[in-house]
Amino acid sequence: MLRSSSASGGAIIRGFGEYQPSQVITNADLASRIDTTDEWIQSRVGIKERRVGGPEETVASMAIAAGGKALAASGMSPADIDLVIVATCTVRDQIPNTAATVAAELGVVAPGAFDINAACAGFCYALGLASDSVRAGSARNALVIGSEKLSEWVDWEDRSTCVIFADGAGAAVVSASEDHGIGPVVWGSSGERADTIFLRDHKYIHQEGQAVFRWTTTELYKVAREALEKAGVEPSELTAFVPHQANLRIIEAIARRLGAPQARVAHDIVTAGNTSSASIPLALSRMVGRGELSSGSTVLTLGFGAGLVYAAQVIRIP
Amino acid sequence: MAHSEQEILSGLGEIIEEIVGTEASEVTPEKSFVDDLDIDSLSMVEIAIAAQDKFGVEIPDDQLKDLKTVQDVINFIQK
Repeated sequence: MLRSSSASGGAIIRGFGEYQPSQVITNADLASRIDTTDEWIQSRVGIKERRVGGPEETVASMAIAAGGKALAASGMSPADIDLVIVATCTVRDQIPNTAATVAAELGVVAPGAFDINAACAGFCYALGLASDSVRAGSARNALVIGSEKLSEWVDWEDRSTCVIFADGAGAAVVSASEDHGIGPVVWGSSGERADTIFLRDHKYIHQEGQAVFRWTTTELYKVAREALEKAGVEPSELTAFVPHQANLRIIEAIARRLGAPQARVAHDIVTAGNTSSASIPLALSRMVGRGELSSGSTVLTLGFGAGLVYAAQVIRIP
Repeated sequence: MAHSEQEILSGLGEIIEEIVGTEASEVTPEKSFVDDLDIDSLSMVEIAIAAQDKFGVEIPDDQLKDLKTVQDVINFIQK
């Protein structure tokens, strides 16, 4: 028999942080460059403006900025952190990994550090991994970051994608605790539908809009409900629903089928665009910052994206 | 279970009123979804899903683009 790590029982989120590039691209800006209109974009995807990073804003630099803010919001010092996970699917250089650099830049000394790619579900996967790690005793305090620079993977002549995707990062600090503030993750995949979101010519994101819309609006509310059941939370007890900010019409269609009419539904996409794995922590951080989610609120997250992959869990706002 | 043309038409009218807000009475067989009813590709998916729940006939995405008028959908469901 091997000795096992000491498990403390629970995991909590201590704080959130976010970073968005300063450059705002409005629908009018796009309409002046390609054949589209503000009305078309708003009615199809619900976005008014999005942020796009400059050359100096990388997946790592945005992750560092968001991670630093999450540490500050949590009242933690870099020395407290012993695990750093970066969820990203848009980092250009795969070697070296991003998490170790981010940790070093933040002054976190020798943590476990790795990147994961679960596309737009990346943050929920990473949060599940971090929660399980601190509960099992593999780490005490984890920094979990979603950071994406989708603007480098978009064909800016393709009006079906360039109006949607954007750049940004969001982060959370997860700690071992006697309290339970992160519910069990429900995750899964549907690899037989891999051909619905992929890189065209190995460089530009392409998605089969109708197929993705059908999948998200018919399958994913079940995943969301399962996460509620596993956490022992009734839909009526939810303060908010924060799904991946993919498309406002997908968000609203899933929310309708979820059956939690009192829950505030994140609409961060309207001003942030679709930032893949960053969208959920970015929305959470901004909602907390605006006072829309008070301490102790019960929130359901649901990530989904290329793979296809999905994950959901219930969290408590610190 | 076969549905009459009139049943499908009134069912589609209800679905379209629910999803895009167009009055059910506006939904007549000769109307084009895109040109007359101002229904976009994502709303077409929602209509197809709702029609499947109501009539038990699946309308796959690759067939959707060929269904241009209300009559086309009626024919597809009856087929």
